[in-house]
Amino acid sequence: MTDKTIPQSGHVVPDVFTRDMLDWLPWLEPVAADKMSERQLASLVDAARVKSDYFRLLARDPDVLEARTRTDKDIFYNPDAGLPRAERELAAASVSRLNGCIYCASVHARFAATYSKRTDDVDKLLAQGTGVDLDKRWNAIVAASVALTETPISFGPKHIDALREVGLDDDAIVDVINAASFFNWANRLMLSLGEPTPAKA
Amino acid sequence: MDVIDTLSGIAPGSHLDSVRRTRRPVAREHAQKSYESLFTPAEFGDFGPLERHAIAVFIAGLHGQDAIKAFYAEKLRSAAATDATRDALDAEIAAAKANGPYGAFPKGPLSKEDTKGPVHRVANDHLEALGPRLAAALEHVHMLVFHPRDADVRSLQALLDAGWSTTEVVTLSQLVAFLSFQIRVVAGLKVLAATAKA
Repeated sequence: MTDKTIPQSGHVVPDVFTRDMLDWLPWLEPVAADKMSERQLASLVDAARVKSDYFRLLARDPDVLEARTRTDKDIFYNPDAGLPRAERELAAASVSRLNGCIYCASVHARFAATYSKRTDDVDKLLAQGTGVDLDKRWNAIVAASVALTETPISFGPKHIDALREVGLDDDAIVDVINAASFFNWANRLMLSLGEPTPAKA
Repeated sequence: MDVIDTLSGIAPGSHLDSVRRTRRPVAREHAQKSYESLFTPAEFGDFGPLERHAIAVFIAGLHGQDAIKAFYAEKLRSAAATDATRDALDAEIAAAKANGPYGAFPKGPLSKEDTKGPVHRVANDHLEALGPRLAAALEHVHMLVFHPRDADVRSLQALLDAGWSTTEVVTLSQLVAFLSFQIRVVAGLKVLAATAKA
């Protein structure tokens, strides 16, 4: 029997980039919360994610979901050396802005603003796009994220030179590469398996 | 060496090997586990190694990454792909190249940023060699690679109509998304390795 999609209707679709909280509506049926197997529950890593349609949908392939989630957490949350958390989030927000993932950009713009305290700069990135002029260090991180996101990939020695010039060592450059690359993973799932809508107050 | 090391040319004991192992060991381990879960899973179900590797070849080809394409093409040969299938894939790659990301935003203030680009359709001549499932997948994959913001519910329904199950669509989506990550990490690390300070 052929499976069916879930056409969502009657909801508001955000038409600008924002730091506001958004919800996400799936186009395919998630696993029901009370039908999750032990393996599927374990693949969420965070038990609270059982409330999320997105993670219960991805739990249909639990091995991939768990590996994805543990990759994500180490790239963004591991505090050992490398790039400050705020700038890993800046890379994530920049990639999401360029690919056009309004949901992902909202989450990671909030994180970038929280950790950097540079709310105005984050809002400029959302409003103007990745061509925005912030400061030399943030411009270098945004430009590297853009070059890694384009297809074909345009990342080259000049991006590494610019990152080194603003003080990034190799640990930090690897974080830029990992964070920007990871959001090319995350954006494609979020954009293609469902759509955002403003969070209920 | 894991797959990212192999594709990036990161030798055991090298500087970047040390950065990957000491600074982000969990990401290193689980990028590899992601690869294994997608390409050597405990159970393939009806989404077999031929389809998985054919799609990987297509994705690497769309990125213009010849060495990564060769890595997956070798595995596609091992998955008993016919010459006709492999030739059809190469012809589709040649016909499908574009420059991303492009696509449309929800109608409104962002519409001025809409950028046009091709929507890929598999050539009729290749339908027999690829089969309906793989042909539908390649059309979807092309969108995910180059213009993911154009995705909508109809793209997924087209996959279901071509015989993909909901769970297989999740795995297929993860495969494209994961490779979009892997290919970028490899490209980035190669540049970093080549510009490493002595």
